Amino acid sequence: MIKNISNLGDAAVYCDFGIEVNKSINSNVIKYFNSIKEKKFKGINNLTPSYNKLIISYDLKLTNFNEVKSYVESINVTDSITSISKKIEIPVCCHEMFSMDIKRVEEKLNLSREKILDNFLNKEYFCYMTGFIAGMPFLGDLDKNMRVQRLETPRVKVPKGSVALTEQFANIYTFESPGGWNVIGNTPIDVFDSSKEDKPNLINPGDTVIFKEITLDQYKNFNE
Amino acid sequence: MSNNYFDIIRSGINSTFQDKGREHLYHIGIPFSGAMDNRNYLMANKLVGNKLDSAVIEFAYQGPHLKYSGEKINFAVTGDVIFKIKKKHIEIEGNCYESYPIENGDEINIISTNKSVYGYLALGGEFDIKFQWNSCSINMKANIGANNGKKLDTGQRINLKKINSNKDIKKINYLNTKIENIRVIKGTNFDYFSEHGKKIFYEKEFVVSKLSDRMGMRLEGPKIENIVNTNIKSEGLIKGVIQVPADGNPIIMLSDHGTIGGYPKIGVVASVDYDRLVQMSPGSKIKFKEINLSDAETLFKLYEMETQNLLSQI
Repeated sequence: MIKNISNLGDAAVYCDFGIEVNKSINSNVIKYFNSIKEKKFKGINNLTPSYNKLIISYDLKLTNFNEVKSYVESINVTDSITSISKKIEIPVCCHEMFSMDIKRVEEKLNLSREKILDNFLNKEYFCYMTGFIAGMPFLGDLDKNMRVQRLETPRVKVPKGSVALTEQFANIYTFESPGGWNVIGNTPIDVFDSSKEDKPNLINPGDTVIFKEITLDQYKNFNE
Repeated sequence: MSNNYFDIIRSGINSTFQDKGREHLYHIGIPFSGAMDNRNYLMANKLVGNKLDSAVIEFAYQGPHLKYSGEKINFAVTGDVIFKIKKKHIEIEGNCYESYPIENGDEINIISTNKSVYGYLALGGEFDIKFQWNSCSINMKANIGANNGKKLDTGQRINLKKINSNKDIKKINYLNTKIENIRVIKGTNFDYFSEHGKKIFYEKEFVVSKLSDRMGMRLEGPKIENIVNTNIKSEGLIKGVIQVPADGNPIIMLSDHGTIGGYPKIGVVASVDYDRLVQMSPGSKIKFKEINLSDAETLFKLYEMETQNLLSQI
């Protein structure tokens, strides 16, 4: 399932599962991620699964590339516990107060606002990975007619909670952060909560996400 | 209520609590963080008799000015740092790599780092601060760690919950060496760059930009030409990765980096040179030198032995 294993610097193993982005490749990445995480190999201090790669970082004081590589080649992923994936509903308000890039998306896609939101909301999304900033989920796949490029000039500040699109993916900004995705709405819920140390992420790789539209009033009353 | 505390008279530019950092959290988007210059961090703790993984105050360029209240304790500063100690009737110039006692009413004024970026202030005791995922390290991007994940601010008070009983003065002669070349291992997208671009990367000088912080170091210089694609499908990053975005200027990922990125990776800084890399201040000239994996591993082992040797002499 891993097409190629190489080194990323002197303290990480780079596992390449292919170049395409699809659920089947990503499920393999997640399987490896779960098995390695479960077994706790000496010196491995981080695992970063993404669409089609898995990066295994280790403490060079405790192990090295050859040891970790042999270990990865020897593990039997079929033994691994399958991750328990959840279905999560995310309330999103697409009021013009939040949907700052909807006009751009309308123009780029040549679709009406109603049609865009209709397409966006009536769909289940698969969480491929989380990261960049803490807890940010990368969700796919948007239909082919819904795919827009990043903003030409990224924003210095994208508000917390922003729900945004780029290419085949949607994401949620868990913190105010710089970013170049097309913002179409905002969720009032905390997708990342650092006070829950054992489970800070609401959405994890392998989970399914659906967005449910709420009105501005519902948004405002959400946390009361 | 604590009887031993510091009042921050001036916070400095970027003063944060740091320790050894966090592990096993990349997959949810949380980087290691931790002290940028690991060797100087460890030495600071050893000089005051702390456990090596204790919390310290890391500062960049200009450090904090603190006033102490409480029982006598020791402190030490490491790095290449200019600082003063103000006692009732005298003010003395402090030396790095030497511990000093301070008493009720004394002040520590960390004026600046000298042609470097980070310095460390360790106190013989334990700060009364919050830990998240076994680390106090402040990650300002996600507001994680001590002080609600924010840098220290003027006017704040920092309490100590414990002070060390052993108050021996310790000292070591140590000089932070500068290096001319940063050694790098070929990155996973090395072949995205033209022959000319690869040549530039290894032969030309780059300058550290002012837009550098705990997340990344931006470099300016001749543009590195990409002939394949200026984006890759987003994937994991580690500290030391050198990404080259479309504008051709390299960015080196540092301890608070985003965990996922979509720019091609031309190289990765060898672990042996990380501590010295982070100390290169804006305007410094930087040159890369290619090494292979096994040399990088051997050099790191030697560097680590040297660190352990230094610690054993304190």
